[in-house]
Amino acid sequence: MLGYYVELALRSLKRSRGLTALMVLAIGFGVAASMTTYSVFRAVSGDPIPWKSSRLFVPQLDAWGPSTFGNPNNEPVDALTYTDAMAFVRDHRAKLQSAIYVIYPSVVPSRPGEHPFNVGGHAVYAEFFPMVEAPFKFGGAWSDDDDRQRSAVAVIGSKLNQKLFGGENSVGRSIDVDGKSYRVVGVLDNWNPQPRFYDIQNTGGFSVAPDELFLPFTRAIESGVANDGNTNCAKPPKEPGFVGLQRSSCVWVGYMAQLDDATAVAAYRSYLENYAREQQKAGRFNWAPNYRLRDIPAWLESQQVVPSDTKVSLLVALGLLVVCLVNTSGLLLAKFLRRSGEIVVRRALGAARFAIYAQFLTEAGLIGLAGGVLGLALTGVGTLGVGLVLPRDIAELAKVDLPLLLMTLAMAVGSTLVAGIYPTFRAARLQPALQLKSN
Amino acid sequence: MTLHPILAALRKHKAGVTLIALQIALTLAIVCNALFIIGQRFASINQATGLDESDLVLVSQQWVGAPNPDLPEGVEKLDAMFKEDLTALRNMPDVQAVTSTNSLPLFTSSRAGSVGINPGDGSYDGTSPGTTRTSYFFFDEQGIAALGLKLVAGRYFDAGEVQHYSLREDRPPAVIVITKAIADKLFPGKDAVGQVLYVDGTAKPSRVIGVVDRLQGAVWAKTFAWNVVVIPARQNGNFSRYAVRAKPGRRDAVMKAIPSLLYGINPMRVLDEQTAVMSFEQIRKNAYRGDVGMAILMGSVSIILIGVTAAGIVGLTSFWVGQRRKQIGIRRALGARKVDILRYFQLENLAIASGGATAGIVLAVALNFWLMRDFGMDRIPVPWVLLGVATVLMLGQFAVFVPARRASTVPPVVATRTI
Repeated sequence: MLGYYVELALRSLKRSRGLTALMVLAIGFGVAASMTTYSVFRAVSGDPIPWKSSRLFVPQLDAWGPSTFGNPNNEPVDALTYTDAMAFVRDHRAKLQSAIYVIYPSVVPSRPGEHPFNVGGHAVYAEFFPMVEAPFKFGGAWSDDDDRQRSAVAVIGSKLNQKLFGGENSVGRSIDVDGKSYRVVGVLDNWNPQPRFYDIQNTGGFSVAPDELFLPFTRAIESGVANDGNTNCAKPPKEPGFVGLQRSSCVWVGYMAQLDDATAVAAYRSYLENYAREQQKAGRFNWAPNYRLRDIPAWLESQQVVPSDTKVSLLVALGLLVVCLVNTSGLLLAKFLRRSGEIVVRRALGAARFAIYAQFLTEAGLIGLAGGVLGLALTGVGTLGVGLVLPRDIAELAKVDLPLLLMTLAMAVGSTLVAGIYPTFRAARLQPALQLKSN
Repeated sequence: MTLHPILAALRKHKAGVTLIALQIALTLAIVCNALFIIGQRFASINQATGLDESDLVLVSQQWVGAPNPDLPEGVEKLDAMFKEDLTALRNMPDVQAVTSTNSLPLFTSSRAGSVGINPGDGSYDGTSPGTTRTSYFFFDEQGIAALGLKLVAGRYFDAGEVQHYSLREDRPPAVIVITKAIADKLFPGKDAVGQVLYVDGTAKPSRVIGVVDRLQGAVWAKTFAWNVVVIPARQNGNFSRYAVRAKPGRRDAVMKAIPSLLYGINPMRVLDEQTAVMSFEQIRKNAYRGDVGMAILMGSVSIILIGVTAAGIVGLTSFWVGQRRKQIGIRRALGARKVDILRYFQLENLAIASGGATAGIVLAVALNFWLMRDFGMDRIPVPWVLLGVATVLMLGQFAVFVPARRASTVPPVVATRTI
C-alpha cells in the first residue's frame, strides 16, 4: 500500500510543480539554516573530556576581597595568585593536580639559517598529563622528581616535533627555548581539546593552534619564562619584575585538580575553606572565606564559553525553521483541500480515515525527504560559509559528520510530517456526502 | 469598498488565515530583531578609532635570549636594542614616522587600569566617583605623527619627556595626554590641560599636558573603549612593538621591507610570519570579524525568511483564487470591474497582514526582552519595530499582487458556465 501512496504522492506533487518546489525550498532552507548554526553550537558547547569532566575541578579563591570592581555574586576572580597556587601545590590534597600558566617563548631551530619562532604552550606540573589524559606519541611526561629538581625537560607537540625533528622520535634530543637548552622527554600525539578546558581564562575556550610546548612549572618560574596569559591585579605589584609579580596579589595562575568521588570533593571544599580561614587569621585576607570549586561542565558554564552570538544565531535559525514549517503547513492545507473531490470519492468508495491519513502523510513525508536532501546540500554550503564569517577559532570546529547528516534528514522529514498533521486532519474530516453533493 | 465582506469571507478560511498571520507575525518578530542586531553591529564596525588608519602598520617582534628586564643593566641593553630598531625603521625611505607602542586600538592585547582626580588608595578602583577605568598606550614623541591623532587642547610630548623602564615596572608618569572622553568625564566644564590625575591609585600626580579628540582602546576594553591615557615611555621587555606610518600609498612596500631590515639588525629575534607585520586594516578586520559574521548571518536569515513568507502568501492566495473562481465570476458578471477584484485581494491581504503584524509587534518585543535578559542585547527602539511592520505589510502587498491580478482576469462568463 505504501508503494501505491508514494506513487499517488509523486503524481500529485508533479501536478503542481510550483507549489511543491516552494515547499521543498522552504524546508531545505529552514533545515539548513538550523543545522548550520547547530553545527557551530554543537562544536562550542561540547564536553572536551566527557568521560572525566565531572572529576576535574577548578578551584577559585577570592584574593581581592568582596565587591572589588562591583563583582556580581561576589564571584572570585578566575585565576589564582602565585602564592595561593603554590600553597595548593604544596598541600597536595587532590589525587592529581597542577598549577598552570601560559608561556609563549621563542624556540631557535638547530638548523642554521632558520629564523627563531614563538611557540605557545603551558608551564605545568608532571601530574597535568595523566590528569588531562594527554596522548603521547613518543616518550611520556616528566617525573614528579623533575618538578622538584626543576629539571630542564620539555614535552612538545607533534607539530613542533615535525618542524624541528621531521616527525622522528625526538625523546632525548634537546631544544632551545628562550636561549636555554631543554631535553625532550615526550612528544604528544595530535591533541587540541576544544573547549581548551585547562585554560579557559586565556583562550575564551577555543584556539586553532594546539599547545606545542609544555615545561615544568618550577623550571619555567626559575628561568623567568614570562607569563603570556592575562594578568589581573586589584592593586599594582609593590615590587617590580617577575618576582614582584609572584609576590603580588595579581592573579595569573590557573589550577586544576582531579577529585574522583563525592568524599574527595567534600574534603577538598573543606580544605579550601580552612585555607581561606587561615589566611584570614594570618591577616592576609580581611574577609570571610570566599571560594568556588567547580567541575569542568560547571566551569565552562560559569566562564560563558559558548559565545552569546552562537546562541542567538541558533535561536534565530530555529525561528526560521518554525516559520518554514508554518509556511509548509499552510501550503499543504491548500494543496490537500484542493483535492477535496478526490478525497471524498475515495472515502465514498470505502477508504477508511486511516487510509487518507496514510496517503497524505506519505506525501508530506516525501516533501520532507526532498527538502532534507536539499537541506543536506545547503548545510554543506553553510558550514563552509561559516568559515568565512565566524572567528576562525570557532568556525574551524563546525564540521559536517554522519550524525549531523542523519539529523538533518530526520529533522526535515519529522518536521514536515508535523507540519502535515493539521492539513491531513482536515482532509480526513471532509464529509463525503456533503462534498459529493456540493460538487 | 467596505471591509465587512472581506472579513466575513475570511471567517470561512480560519485555518489558512491563521497560518499566514502567524507566519507574518513570526517573520516580523525575527526580522525586526535580526535587523536591529545588524544595525548595532554596523554602528560599532563604523566607529572611527581616532587614528589615521590608512598607511599604518604595527610591527611586533621578540628578541631571543634577551637581557633580563628585571635588572637595571638589562633594561639599558634592551632600550639600546629598542632604539636601534626605531632608528632603522625611521630611516626607511618610505616611512613618515614611527612610534614605539605597547598596543593599538582594536588590537587584542593591551594594558588597562584606572585614573582618578584624587590621590589613590593604592588599588585599581575605577568605579568610585572621580575615577574611571582606562586603557594605557605607551607612545614616544612621534606618537601623534605616526598615528595621525587629532590634538584638541594643549600639546604633545617632546623627546625629553619620554622615559624608558622595565615592562614589569610601574612608574607614575610626570606628564600624560588623555582622550576627550576622560577629560569630559573627570573634568566636566573645565579645561583639562594643566590638571593632574593619579594613575592606578598612586599618590604621585601626573600632569595632563594635552587632550586628543578620540582614541579607542583594545578590542576587549568595550565598556571603557574611549578612555585612553597616553604615557610617554618605552616599555623595555623581551619584546617590542612599533607603529609605523608609511608615506601615502607605500604601505605594502614598507610592510614587505620590514622583516629583512629587522633581521639585518639582529637575526636573533622572532618575527611571526602572520602577525609580526600587520596593517591596521588587518587589525580592524580581525577585531570586527565576529560582528561582520553575525551581521551576514542575520542578513541571510532575514532574506530567507522574507522569501519563504512571500512564497507562502503567493501559494495560499493562489489557492484561494482558484477556489473562488466561481464567486469572482459572479461578481464580475454583476458588474464588478477588474480593479475591484484586484483591490479585494489586496485589501484582504492587508487585513491579514495587519492582524499578523499586530501579533508580530508583541512577539518582536517579547523576543527582544528575551535577548536582553539572556544575551545582553539592547532594547529595540520603536522605529526598528515600525520598520519591521512596514516591511511585512509591503511584503504582503508585493506577494499578493501576482495571484490577485490573476484573479482579476477571471472572465465573467465563468459564472454562467458552472451554475
